[in-house]
Amino acid sequence: MAQVFQVPKKIRRFFIEIGELSFFAGRFFKETLRQPFEFKELLRQCYQMGNRSMTLVLVTGFIIGLVLTLQSRPTMIQFGAESWMPNMVGISIVRELGPVITALVCAGRIASGIGAELGSMRVTEQIDAMEVSGTNPFKYLVVTRILATTLMLPLLVILGDAVALYGSALVEYFKGEVSFRLYFNTVFDALSYGDLIPATIKSFFFGFAIGLVGCFKGYYCKKGTAGVGLAANTAVVFTSMLLFVIDFVAVFISDIFYEL
Amino acid sequence: MMKAQKDKLLQEQGTDTRKVMLEIKDLYKSFGDNHVLNGFNLKLYQGENLVVMGKSGSGKSVMIKCLVGLMQPDRGFISVMGQEIKTLDRETLDVLRSDIGFLFQGSALYDSMTVRENLEFPLRRHTEKVGVVADTGPLVLEALESVGLAQTMNLMPEELSGGMKRRVALARALILRPKIILYDEPTSGLDPITAKEIIELMRHIQKKYDTSSLIITHDVDCARVISERMILLVDGINYAEGSYEELITSKDPKVEAFFKK
Ligand SMILES: Nc1ncnc2c1ncn2[C@@H]1O[C@H](COP(=O)(O)OP(=O)(O)OP(=O)(O)O)[C@@H](O)[C@H]1O
Ligand SMILES: [Mg+2]
Repeated sequence: MAQVFQVPKKIRRFFIEIGELSFFAGRFFKETLRQPFEFKELLRQCYQMGNRSMTLVLVTGFIIGLVLTLQSRPTMIQFGAESWMPNMVGISIVRELGPVITALVCAGRIASGIGAELGSMRVTEQIDAMEVSGTNPFKYLVVTRILATTLMLPLLVILGDAVALYGSALVEYFKGEVSFRLYFNTVFDALSYGDLIPATIKSFFFGFAIGLVGCFKGYYCKKGTAGVGLAANTAVVFTSMLLFVIDFVAVFISDIFYEL
Repeated sequence: MMKAQKDKLLQEQGTDTRKVMLEIKDLYKSFGDNHVLNGFNLKLYQGENLVVMGKSGSGKSVMIKCLVGLMQPDRGFISVMGQEIKTLDRETLDVLRSDIGFLFQGSALYDSMTVRENLEFPLRRHTEKVGVVADTGPLVLEALESVGLAQTMNLMPEELSGGMKRRVALARALILRPKIILYDEPTSGLDPITAKEIIELMRHIQKKYDTSSLIITHDVDCARVISERMILLVDGINYAEGSYEELITSKDPKVEAFFKK
């Protein structure tokens, strides 16, 4: 019986969390516009985030491009559509796989990192110490991190797309004897702004979600070292979930535009 | 003769002529059903060392956090140097806070920054106060020298021992030349010898910079050495007040419990 009542409680908890997160986002927008701006810290965060996740994005992107091409080749050949390979792979990477996989990788790397970092700063009273020494910790820690992820994720997505396409081209070169030049020409012919723009806009939102949830979980971390672990962990879970929701909404909206 | 008597009487009645640096009146704070503070009162006079003692979990840290506006009390009046905390906007509060040094219970050094950057952090916002324009070096060095750790300038906090961290944190609290210093358990987690060094350092700083100090502790030795006046925080109220000698001879069982070895 108790089990049955647990579910509504969990759902209620979930909606409370969504409410708190929205409130947190509202505070972010309010404080972003207020002086003084922490440019130096923003640049440092951008550099760190790019630096920390670049290798990961490069490796996963490359493998995804490679694997996707290897896996879909036989089917395409069966249909006699071998020459359509670059189009198919190019579009699926740029529109969907590139942004989503890069964002998921970054959720694991960056959101958990932010959650743990801010969480331990909360627990060891470093955030309080900032507050009493006249620096607004929300601006210094949260605003800079959310802006950094929002700005950096689209760049990482472009990077991920590029290596994925390169991985795919490599397979085509060795297996289908398609030259790199021909491959990339076909891909760029197939792609239009209608593919690039929604994907880029989507990436900004992905970046925003990663920073927002990571900071939210860390900033309101519960006392104790268990709290820090929990903050990092739930940051990843919650971000990943949010990424798919955003992706769904984004695809839905861009679909409406394609119809027009 | 008459005047001296009158002064003493006034002092005993609490209408002291010394300047009040901090005042808490009737402070209430609960977390859910956990009623931590139930009408706590406190006055810190200029140049005084006031010790607040209480058991672990009695709400000492909560009280000190309410003082600097890190926590909102449920009810009660708090003023710092004549300004009521609740009524201040962020700007004014920040300026006021630059007059208060806060030594956190766990030192709270920023662990992603070097010792030097830790000390420079409070200077970011308050350069005009200490008259620094570009080079913060001499100021940082002076603060570190006053705690005897000039050589650690470029180390990271994780490279320091617990006692050294506490000293660096103290240097950071001092760098803006505060008029009031709040110590949250300055000796907790330290061995007796290091604790003694920290206490000596506190006395030295008190003399050198002429600060008023509010010291929170449950270390009886620390209280004996440093206190001029003490308040015992029990059940969320100031249960007993007086000098160390007065309190140690008290027959009240709750007071005796503090001093039993
Ligand atoms: N943010 C908070 N949320 C909920 N409860 C809290 C919070 N902060 C403190 N408390 C509770 O308030 C009580 C007093 O805590 P406080 O940290 O002030 O104790 P303390 O007197 O400083 O103890 P110690 O000597 O161990 O530092 C504790 O019971 C604690 O659980
Ligand atoms: Mg405490």
